[in-house]
Amino acid sequence: MTLSRRAVLAGTGALVLAFSLLPARAQTETGKGEGPRRRGLPGSLDDTPRLDAWIRVAPDGAVTVLTGKAELGQGLKTALLQIAAEELKLPLARLSLVTADTGRTADEGYTAASHSVQDSGTAIRHAAAQVRALLIGEAARRLDVPAERLRVRDGAVLGPGGARIGYGDLVSDALLTAEAQPTSPLTPAAEFAVIGRPVPRIDIPAKVTGGTAYLQDLRPPGLLHARVVRPPSYGAVLTQVDAAAVERLPGVIAVVRDGTFLGVVAEGEWTAIQAMRRLAASARWRETAILPDAADLPDALRALPSRDSTILERGAPGAAGTIVEGTFTRPYLAHGSIGPSCAIAEWTDGGATVWTHSQGVFPLRRALAGLLHLPEDKVRCIHAEGAGCYGQNGADDVAADAALLARAVPGRPVRVQWMREQEHAWEPFGPGMVASVRAAVTPDGRVADWTHEVWSQSHMMRPGPPGALLAAREIAEPFPPAPPVALAQPEGGGDRNAIPLYAFPTAKIVHHFLPDMPLRGSSMRSLGGYLNVLAIESTVDDLARAAGWDPVAFRLRHLTDARASAVVEAAAQRFGWGRGAPRAGRGFAFARYKNLEAYCAVAVEITVDRETGQVGIERVVAAVDTGEVVNPDGVANQIEGGLLQATSWTLFERVAFDRTRVASVDWSAYPILRFSAVPRSVEVHIVAQPDQPFLGVAEAAQGPAGAALANAIRDATGRRLRDLPLTAGKIKAALGA
Amino acid sequence: MTSMILNGERRAVRAAAETPLLYVLREEFGLNAAKFGCGLGQCGACTVVIDGEAVFSCITPVMLAENRQVTTLEGLGTAEAPGPLQRAFIDAQAAQCGYCIPGMMMRAHALLARDPDASDAAIRAELEPHLCRCGTHMRILRAIRLAADAMRPRSTAEAGR
Ligand code: FES
Ligand code: FES
Repeated sequence: MTLSRRAVLAGTGALVLAFSLLPARAQTETGKGEGPRRRGLPGSLDDTPRLDAWIRVAPDGAVTVLTGKAELGQGLKTALLQIAAEELKLPLARLSLVTADTGRTADEGYTAASHSVQDSGTAIRHAAAQVRALLIGEAARRLDVPAERLRVRDGAVLGPGGARIGYGDLVSDALLTAEAQPTSPLTPAAEFAVIGRPVPRIDIPAKVTGGTAYLQDLRPPGLLHARVVRPPSYGAVLTQVDAAAVERLPGVIAVVRDGTFLGVVAEGEWTAIQAMRRLAASARWRETAILPDAADLPDALRALPSRDSTILERGAPGAAGTIVEGTFTRPYLAHGSIGPSCAIAEWTDGGATVWTHSQGVFPLRRALAGLLHLPEDKVRCIHAEGAGCYGQNGADDVAADAALLARAVPGRPVRVQWMREQEHAWEPFGPGMVASVRAAVTPDGRVADWTHEVWSQSHMMRPGPPGALLAAREIAEPFPPAPPVALAQPEGGGDRNAIPLYAFPTAKIVHHFLPDMPLRGSSMRSLGGYLNVLAIESTVDDLARAAGWDPVAFRLRHLTDARASAVVEAAAQRFGWGRGAPRAGRGFAFARYKNLEAYCAVAVEITVDRETGQVGIERVVAAVDTGEVVNPDGVANQIEGGLLQATSWTLFERVAFDRTRVASVDWSAYPILRFSAVPRSVEVHIVAQPDQPFLGVAEAAQGPAGAALANAIRDATGRRLRDLPLTAGKIKAALGA
Repeated sequence: MTSMILNGERRAVRAAAETPLLYVLREEFGLNAAKFGCGLGQCGACTVVIDGEAVFSCITPVMLAENRQVTTLEGLGTAEAPGPLQRAFIDAQAAQCGYCIPGMMMRAHALLARDPDASDAAIRAELEPHLCRCGTHMRILRAIRLAADAMRPRSTAEAGR
């Protein structure tokens, strides 16, 4: 095996991974579902078929729903309880819910890729329906009447002559240990009483009253606070530090140093922070300039060694027509959680319990067990909600920090929260990317030719492997870097949504997977989908313009999927596209997320201040088809969030770095959307599809929102901008050019 | 030793005078609402109200709260008996992760106490120091508007239409 020069230079603390020769791990974004389904059971039941892994009924009738997925602020808890309440015919308030916990719930991999309702919701729905059938069956046996004559209501089975047996009385130890069957007596959509209703989210009251709502708010007895001192740059090596002086500070319990990993444990949080600052001030580091030239990032990316695959080839390229071509780039983007990552760990009986807001408690357990040299059953990871993460932020890394620090003070829980500058410098960014599109349109307005190439590093560097954790690379005996994962089509990683949904007669799509990682990166909402959709939808817009077609009509004539067309038409109609005098500053875009999940179309209207280049967003209208909808207000909330977040990415965001260090380490150096740039109005319309399967929705708006905005800027300025972010400065410069 | 009037009750403070108020609220008094977001006065997650004025508790030494009225989100009601602003945020379902929300609410609280007829433009301008990464902005604005309408006597509410 040859390591590249960069990895060697970076030394033992290397984060910059360059294992070009390592085969990529075959993996999906949820860490589940690769290969054929094992048992032919719906959703996550296929992995975890026992009914009582999902639904438990206590003798007193209390019902607990269990999920291996986690609440990330997306309203998942409420949606899953709605599903269970519907099928168990119980009021939602009577259910309790246990979320991702390696000690209690099914292993459902990562809560990611907008898969949770499909995976866990489907499992819970079927399990709940089957539990209901088992309880009815048991009641039929006891009452000696055919099951058809029994009904369920309010947690009891009702029979002829006023017979009534509560769920708790019917349940026995053995009843729910049964394995799920492939088919379930599901409640038809027409009879839904809870699914499809805008049920208020169960987590919001605590969040708006100062309740214990987050991991950050947990205070187990004996809690200690800790902070880590992170190196100033990737691969920096700690050469010297005055630990003794800090250990003498009042309130400091321990300074922990293991190689380059450095942290301090204290009685109080403010004490820990002050001690961390003292430690950092005395630390000396050996740094290496290993970062590319930020001004030249797109070229630097394209110059990296790549593994190329043609993910679609249709028809013979080279048809004649008006050519539109361009290269789109996006910088590295920060997840930018408003609450820096946090974890609590406790070391007891030679094992560790870790409270974490990781998106994958089971893979994290695997990684921590490796890091701590413990068998997996000696590590328990329990999910507790953090601030919104939008992919892999520092959650897993801080869990490793907490576990290492807790090991130094057995018997007392240790809480670590990262500082803002640590989150901004060390989180695994959404990767910088390049996408080139070349297309031709015939005089009668048909796309005749289409080529799309995309360059990207891995979007999937989550644990499992201990080496995916920062601390595991910093300790004196570091773990090898985790090999880069190329997520496969049809979901894809950097090439997510690179295949257009439009029926173009010829198309060639090439994915240049970059095994090297100039900056640390991993999953961030929609992965490559955001840039690929922006590239496709910008080009489609320019093709329509070149052919003299209205962009909405042009899209519709290239769509063959009726649900896609319905969403495009709904957005256009609600927006009033084409009605009234045409105004400069309108943009439209559409995509089906991953070409598999929710359909989303977005129309926007903007103004551009010609003096400053500043964009004012007047109106955003989105239409979405997400199959069966569990909670329409929840869907609207997520789409609104996606629209605004993608607006922020598109207009403002860029990780800045010099040749050694990440420079954008706070909110002034990494500006995001503030209220002054928030649209005047945002509307979300749901195109209902009852009785259709659930489709993932959380990330569906990212691509279309960014692309619609880019198209509106093109419309308002007459200039096509392709290098993200589309800042006021760039718009002003384009207008002046 | 510092003492302050926290959510209506006089409380003595043990922490050193220069300790940022945020850590005193969270650690000494076990309050959850004020959040650590940046520690730099850039995000608003830690916002509380001192004598009617919204401040970043992460960069406010506790000594500056000496003998003053400090109000946190806990002072506006409970999950069981939410105050009007909290009610409005629940009704508008104005949270995704919600981490930014307490800070937003405290600044809105100070604004509405000062100017019950605050216009939409004034509300937006007032919230400029606050970041929300989930993109909940539209709902936050809607919730504050709902609260403002609910808190005003009916006659002014109608006059403001
Ligand atoms: S935490 Fe105080 S402003 Fe960000
Ligand atoms: S709701 Fe998550 S940061 Fe605002």
